Amino acid sequence: MTVCFGIVVFPGTWSDRDCVHAVELAGAEATLLWHADRDLRGADIVVLPGGFSYGDYLRTGAIARFAPIMEAVREHAWDGGPVLGICNGFQILCEAGLLPGALLRNDSLQFRCQPTWLRVDTHSTPFLVGCHPGSTLRVPVSHGEGRFYADAKTLAQLNSEGRVALRYSESDGQLTPDANPNGSLENIAGILNEQGNVLGMMPHPERACEELLGSADGLQLFSSAIQALAARAG
Amino acid sequence: MNQPPAAAGPSSSELRELALSEAEYRTAVALLGRAPNRLELGMLGALWSEHCSYKTSRPLLRQLPSAGPRVVQGPGENAGVVDLGGDLLCCFKIESHNHPSAVEPVQGAATGVGGILRDVFAMGARPVALLDGIRFGELDEPAQRHRFARVVEGIGWYGNCIGVPTVGGETYFDSPYRHNCLVNAMCVGLARGDQLARAVASGPGNPVLLVGADTGRDGIHGATFASMQLGKGAGDRRPAVQVGNPFLEKCLLEACLELTSDPDLIGLQDCGAAGLTSSCAEMAHRGGVGIEIAVDRVSRRERDMTPYEVMLSESQERMVLVPRRGSEERFQAAFQRWGLHSDVVGWVLEESVFRITDRGHQVASLPISVLVSGFPERSPQSRPPEVRSVTPADPLSLAPPWPVAEAWRRLLSSPNCGDTRWIWRQYDHQVGDDTVLGPGADAAVLRLRGRRDGLAMTVDSAHRSAGLDPRRATAIGVAEALRNLACVGAEPLALTNCLNFGDPDQPEVMWQLKEAVAGLAEAARELGVPVVSGNVSLYNQFDGKGIPPTPTLGMVGLVADLERRLGAGFVEAGDLLALLGPAGAGPQGVELGGSEYQRLAHGTLAGSAPELDLAAEARSAAAVREAAARSLLRSAHDCSLGGLAVTLAESAVLGGLGARIRAPLPPPPNPPPGWVHGALFGETQGRYLISLRPDQLAAAQALFAEYRAPFAVLGEVGGGKVAVEGLAEIELAEAQASLAGAIPSRMERAARAGR
Repeated sequence: MTVCFGIVVFPGTWSDRDCVHAVELAGAEATLLWHADRDLRGADIVVLPGGFSYGDYLRTGAIARFAPIMEAVREHAWDGGPVLGICNGFQILCEAGLLPGALLRNDSLQFRCQPTWLRVDTHSTPFLVGCHPGSTLRVPVSHGEGRFYADAKTLAQLNSEGRVALRYSESDGQLTPDANPNGSLENIAGILNEQGNVLGMMPHPERACEELLGSADGLQLFSSAIQALAARAG
Repeated sequence: MNQPPAAAGPSSSELRELALSEAEYRTAVALLGRAPNRLELGMLGALWSEHCSYKTSRPLLRQLPSAGPRVVQGPGENAGVVDLGGDLLCCFKIESHNHPSAVEPVQGAATGVGGILRDVFAMGARPVALLDGIRFGELDEPAQRHRFARVVEGIGWYGNCIGVPTVGGETYFDSPYRHNCLVNAMCVGLARGDQLARAVASGPGNPVLLVGADTGRDGIHGATFASMQLGKGAGDRRPAVQVGNPFLEKCLLEACLELTSDPDLIGLQDCGAAGLTSSCAEMAHRGGVGIEIAVDRVSRRERDMTPYEVMLSESQERMVLVPRRGSEERFQAAFQRWGLHSDVVGWVLEESVFRITDRGHQVASLPISVLVSGFPERSPQSRPPEVRSVTPADPLSLAPPWPVAEAWRRLLSSPNCGDTRWIWRQYDHQVGDDTVLGPGADAAVLRLRGRRDGLAMTVDSAHRSAGLDPRRATAIGVAEALRNLACVGAEPLALTNCLNFGDPDQPEVMWQLKEAVAGLAEAARELGVPVVSGNVSLYNQFDGKGIPPTPTLGMVGLVADLERRLGAGFVEAGDLLALLGPAGAGPQGVELGGSEYQRLAHGTLAGSAPELDLAAEARSAAAVREAAARSLLRSAHDCSLGGLAVTLAESAVLGGLGARIRAPLPPPPNPPPGWVHGALFGETQGRYLISLRPDQLAAAQALFAEYRAPFAVLGEVGGGKVAVEGLAEIELAEAQASLAGAIPSRMERAARAGR
């Protein structure tokens, strides 16, 4: 079967075309889903890409959660369908209640665009099923509001349930303050919902799919999801 | 037809507010055969301002070569266009936003980026990269740190939000820019041949569509403000600065790009300086038609706006379109899908006149030719500045205040030589998934989808030497851009330029401008790189004192094979290090005039600008490209600010490998006191520091001999130090810390101290 990724396009989304490129490199099909529509057009996997959805002059993602397409995304997620929120997509998933916590302004109070190393802490999600826990991925970040925050109870729950998927680390997997580009709690870069089918992450895997651009590690997230779906179908 | 109500003659203060001279007013009256009313006078003032009319610089700019086999569109449209082959066009331009950024740095810089983006997508090209050239006073001053940080924030905010990567640029700090910061923004876009749009109106009866933001009172007189000096009350000009909305522009960009290949689109134009007045007049002028605008049809942000305010508003994120009659509703629906409001605000007229009506009454009527080309061209007096007697005139005769190693450390810690990561880590430089070489490289390189070749781009400018010899220094800027492209293996295609100068009514400034344009023309001609677009920013002046001449050059080129691109960092210990280019220059073999070393060590600007041999520059650049294409080189780095020693340290730090070289020239029998410093830190032109594998030496030597490019092996890569034999050495880690800390140490120390 050919897996189809639905890439959601808000008017201020800008990594939609980058995500299409990554999906195609991973060998799957991509279809663009317009924010004002209510239909996922048969997409197997939904990606909420990076950008500024509706300008984000208010809190990031605060308006996007009300977009018509988000109804369909919620239903897809509740039915166990894989959803990947990247950067602004992660912010929207938190606002939409599909993931806990919030993304605050970077501790530097500045935008940060830089390469980071991510330690894979769990592979119990379609997007990381092809990775070894403890391995590291070279993937860049590019955001002004990416400092993950959750209250102590939520944080404890995320940890105990193994729902922290990715943490900013050194290349050898060590968690250090220097490796953390934004001041996220416990170096958290990406988290899962309870079922593991929804992954929100601040770094941009779609920018790390070719050695020509500095790293091909991000491609693993897309190919893992394709494999997971193929395995389920098979 | 109603005649516009006659007005009493304007007072001289009214004329000053419009940046019109008494003589220009008299010309207008003579051309019209009557006195213009207040609205007409406002429109004339805006279009006759230096910012819109180029009335002072236009006669000079005619010298610039703008033709070439690759040139599709030269100066005269929103941006220049060159052919990349394979039905792909590259559209690019650089423009200043200096005055607004001095008054309101975040919005001034942000709207500068917004404006240049609109220029490029108005041509039907998708913007794929931004670059910028920025200048401030020195960072030891809190006000300069604040302005610098806020300009960077503004550039980043707009580009990051709209999703166009900022891939390169140039930054320079020097005290003459403390009152007049410079913000020059360059945008590069790509289009297929059938997507190219023109800013033209034609076909009488066709509608004029205004789309995007509602029109407010912001930015009124922005064009005239940019054509005046800043004074002590410059802060009061804040209302002349526009406010940006990158989200709205993103929607405009996507919607316009969906429509540019529509056969019913006749013309598309950005609404920039002087708002509706300038965009409509220029479109009508290009099409040889007229335009009527019904101001009551323009959606407004504020109540009770007068026709004057509507016509001269510079509200951002607006575009003007002329669609074929009958297709306007289809266009409006396409905009609606992106949440954009549009109004039919007027019509194309057969008669070449700009007519404004308000609720059916004519309130202004001016011949297009009077508006667009009626202004008298100016050629203010020009006179070379009197040579100020700096003693001694020869910088080499001054005793250095520091030993070589100490001078080297100080240069590495100068924000002008140091790593600019503090700036560009705040810019999204990767969005679009095409950035192969980003900020920090000699030139940025973007891959072109489905092709082997890549698009290279750089922004450069000569530095202090422009104050010594603006003609030669401008040519040096062009040569440096050429070298930067060669360092990544790219062949140049075309140039854009932004000429930042003081008040042209001062004869010395006019002389500088003339000299700079002559230097640009010479270099562009000699190096075979046409100038396809540009912008002039005059009156960068505060309380009677102007900035040093600052011609900023943007150059694009093609890397034939991305797999064979070069970097600036050393690659492997044991590689040979060589200097490509002259071992020495100037009467004493070394040059310090106008150098960064001179600025730091002596605080003076004296001597001669470095020598420049354009023919040799062309040969060396071709040799480096050819060597890259044959995979003969491991790295190449242009020698610029801080000279050979700083270049060496930069390549070492980038590669994480030390290096040892000898000085390229032996000292003369009785060297002047500054000679050794000159050998290491002099900014002699035409030089590249290259590294290569020892087994490639013979092939490289043969190739460089073929191009008659001087070449000398100076040392080799390796070890934990950067060293010049017998003169100085620095631990690699220290060089790294100095370069990395040059900007952050000043900004962060200040932040901790509460600015």
